[in-house]
Amino acid sequence: MDSSVIERIIDKHHGEAGSLIQILLDIQNELRWLPGAALEMVAEKLQVPMSRIQHTVTFYKAFSLVPKGRHEINLCMGTACHVRGATRILEMIETVTGLQPGETDADMKFSLDTVNCLGCCAIGPVMEIDEQHLGKLVPDRTAALLKKYD
Amino acid sequence: MSEFSLKIDGKDVAASDDMTILEAAQSAGIAIPTVCHHEKLEPFGGCRLCTVEAEAGGRTSLVAACIYPAQKDMAVKTRTPQIDKIRKVLTEQLLAYAPESEVLRGLAREYHADKDRFPKEPSFCILCGLCVRYCAEVKQKSAVGFVERGPNREISFVPEIAAKECWDCKECFPLCPTSALQAAYVLTRSLTSFKSTAQPEAGKQAATNTVPQ
Ligand code: SF4
Ligand code: FES
Ligand code: FES
Repeated sequence: MDSSVIERIIDKHHGEAGSLIQILLDIQNELRWLPGAALEMVAEKLQVPMSRIQHTVTFYKAFSLVPKGRHEINLCMGTACHVRGATRILEMIETVTGLQPGETDADMKFSLDTVNCLGCCAIGPVMEIDEQHLGKLVPDRTAALLKKYD
Repeated sequence: MSEFSLKIDGKDVAASDDMTILEAAQSAGIAIPTVCHHEKLEPFGGCRLCTVEAEAGGRTSLVAACIYPAQKDMAVKTRTPQIDKIRKVLTEQLLAYAPESEVLRGLAREYHADKDRFPKEPSFCILCGLCVRYCAEVKQKSAVGFVERGPNREISFVPEIAAKECWDCKECFPLCPTSALQAAYVLTRSLTSFKSTAQPEAGKQAATNTVPQ
């Protein structure tokens, strides 16, 4: 881990303890996970107890304590997407990627997670890959979409 | 700071605006049950066992006495059939997590709670936060904290801090209304190589601790 990245982010927020969540989010965006060493640096520089950092990073789903793949898939399993067949989409993603929700593959290509309502039920079933929303999914097209990523 | 009086269970009680309903009641010798409250700690309002009925300005509401500020001319009832029922159900729910807790069993007797009403899910911890808050607020060590959320929420010791601080302190153990805290600590101890790192630190601690605080 490059500690200058963490230092730069902390400096950007003036090392303020009140910016804890924003700092963690920036680190998460930059490294796409939160390594233990990064959390220790944050605790030290912000003078925030490690137990509070743990509380925060395990509370919000936006944080990950394990490395994520190059492409993060968030499949919506909310009510609207569910009734429009999200379960079958999930099965298809699981078949294509070999992943269960919460997992990342060995060559770090995909991470798969499920979420509960992305807020665009009208185009359900929806998944989000690398922050791009892909709607009106059907299993076949989902498989074809996934093949485009490398 | 202004002084005023309010009525609690029909009794006139003197209070000031920095007092909670619970503090006002206690000063008048009126008992309100609490689980997550501790006088040395900031009010938390986690368990709701201290729920009372408060009437102020023509409105009656159910409030948590440990966090709700006492107000002039407020009329508080600490026991009504509705309050008893709330406390009964809360106790029944908590007992599903900590069936052996003496504190909860006492409340169960008082409020006729059925200890077997809900299927047992013994996590033993009822998330009252007494240990977490005591460690952070009184000891200022934050060796123990909450992790995860919702149904997965639990307490967790930070091994690096616990190895240094906990062995000589353990002041949070007697605060726990269940036996969970001690169990969690023992588990942390057994999972980490406490022995090798903790001993020299423990020696240092013992030396500084002889100074009266
Ligand atoms: S371990 Fe005990 S004191 Fe700590 S939060 Fe759980 S029930 Fe409360
Ligand atoms: S339920 Fe999927 S976007 Fe709302
Ligand atoms: S004692 Fe008031 S909410 Fe727990």
